[in-house]
Amino acid sequence: MIDSARPAFEPGGRLSAFGSVFDGFETFLFTPRTVSGPASVHVHDANDSKRTMIIVVLALMPCFLFGMYNTGYQHWLALGAEEMPLWPLMLYGFLAILPKVAVSYFVGLGIEFAFAQWRKEEIQEGFLVTGILIPMICPVEIPLWMLAVATAFAVVFAKEVFGGTGYNIVNVALVARAFLFFAYPGHMSGDKVFVATGKALGYGTPVADGFTCATPLGQIATHSGGDLMLTGVDGHVFTAWDAFLGLIPGSFGETSVLCILIGAAVLLFTGMASWRIMAGVFAGGLCMGWIANVFASPVYPASLLPAWEQLLYGGFAFAAVFMATDPVTAARTNTGKWIYGVLIGVMAVIIRVYNNGYPEGAMLAVLLMNVFSSLIDWCVVQANIRRRMRRLTAKTSES
Amino acid sequence: MAEKTNNKTVFFNPFSKDNPVVVQILGICSVLAVTAKLEPAMVMGLSVIAVLAFSNVIISLLRSTIPVNIRIIVQLVVVAGLVVIVSQLLQAYAYDVSKQLSVFIGLIITNCILMGRLEAFAMGNRPWPSFLDGVGNGIGYTIILVIVGFFRELLGSGTLLGYQVVPDCLYEAGYENNGLMILPPMALIVVACIIWVQRSVNKNMQEK
Repeated sequence: MIDSARPAFEPGGRLSAFGSVFDGFETFLFTPRTVSGPASVHVHDANDSKRTMIIVVLALMPCFLFGMYNTGYQHWLALGAEEMPLWPLMLYGFLAILPKVAVSYFVGLGIEFAFAQWRKEEIQEGFLVTGILIPMICPVEIPLWMLAVATAFAVVFAKEVFGGTGYNIVNVALVARAFLFFAYPGHMSGDKVFVATGKALGYGTPVADGFTCATPLGQIATHSGGDLMLTGVDGHVFTAWDAFLGLIPGSFGETSVLCILIGAAVLLFTGMASWRIMAGVFAGGLCMGWIANVFASPVYPASLLPAWEQLLYGGFAFAAVFMATDPVTAARTNTGKWIYGVLIGVMAVIIRVYNNGYPEGAMLAVLLMNVFSSLIDWCVVQANIRRRMRRLTAKTSES
Repeated sequence: MAEKTNNKTVFFNPFSKDNPVVVQILGICSVLAVTAKLEPAMVMGLSVIAVLAFSNVIISLLRSTIPVNIRIIVQLVVVAGLVVIVSQLLQAYAYDVSKQLSVFIGLIITNCILMGRLEAFAMGNRPWPSFLDGVGNGIGYTIILVIVGFFRELLGSGTLLGYQVVPDCLYEAGYENNGLMILPPMALIVVACIIWVQRSVNKNMQEK
């Protein structure tokens, strides 16, 4: 059917104006008809970006499924329920996230298609991953229109103006989140947004008004005096184990470190993400967390956390695995990847601990280092050139 | 020089084709600083028009007597004098706005548009074209300021000139003002959008 429809979309055909839309669907559903000839030099292996994207989406699935469960779980907790029925929980979470995913894809892909058509280019599939990342890093209660505005802003100003997929300087999903964070702070932080309290597409029981629960990091940021106690929706005290499993209030996809690690394993096993960056971010975070903890002071309540707990809360692990490793915006050289990763980890903890206005620093840290990644690469390459020059001159002077 | 002294182009070019902000990319700092609301943006624009026009005239009158070596100092003195006058006038007659604009009226002295026009135009032209050039560039600057201020106040505060324009029913439906619009980065992005639109309309201005 696709084949029979093709002539209409080729140049000169009746629907040639929609040629890139057609091409986008065709190569998405089948293998591309055109392959690089022997003269092409930029093909590294059999992967194309579509397959890469699909694997990243697969790696995100554990987090996504757990996000559904956790959304339901927090909702049931807020209701004060005794038992936790698995399927209703999942269903509630699914219905809560479904509109967000739909809006994110609809707006993002709409803009991508429009730009591709306008520029007469092939449709790039970069939004496949971004579209699912955006709902996953936002609070579950974010209004849909805000999500739409942020997605549109991010796709246009972080990606299309730089030339589309592969040319963006900073991570598009994080730009969407940063936009929401600064534009509508009341919906991105605080104690009202991280637990779904209403009905999800008509399913579930709304929770009574006046219900509040902040994320652990939010609680830390507003903490003053006394012992640091992180409490859940129903008032029970969190353990680090809860944070590791992810049964804490937080953005949809980023609470469970366990699921993030499964995703990380998928990414590393398939060679999609750089282990250097991931290791660098965790090492940097641990290091800075340790330093902050050594100089712990009640003025900066987040410094009371032990270093390893810094890695469990908030979006740190998610940023390390799925955001920092984005191959487009990360550093490219191996040494550069280490520097880039470590600095992200360090910056994330510094922002988190020493700036009480921002309970979470991972987003800002990744964005900041995105901007610096090419500079890091440049320095690494220059250093390499200098070293080899020295070796060369040493050799020639010997002989 | 022949086309430069054509009064009409001198006056109208800075509106769009040779706009000091979006084409020459001058005076960006004040565009970021004073455009969170429309009213200060307009007052700032008027102040710049006044200072620019009169400093252009004064420098143009003095142009044959100013020694080349100290011309920057002379220009600065003239501009500084005018800025002080404007600042005093604002404090006397529009105290609230002058408080909102705070140091940025004083910082007109360092606005690159001023020194640029004095150096590039007033030093080599007669008073009347210089006056037109000053007013034209001032208006070009003000246009951008007003556009940016309009969008930032409308989307950031839901008001225009202090009056609420976004209807209450929208707020009840869940609409909220965009806090990012109040922050300076958004001014840059709005300016970028203006440049984008302008270059799309005038194809010959697109850089290769």
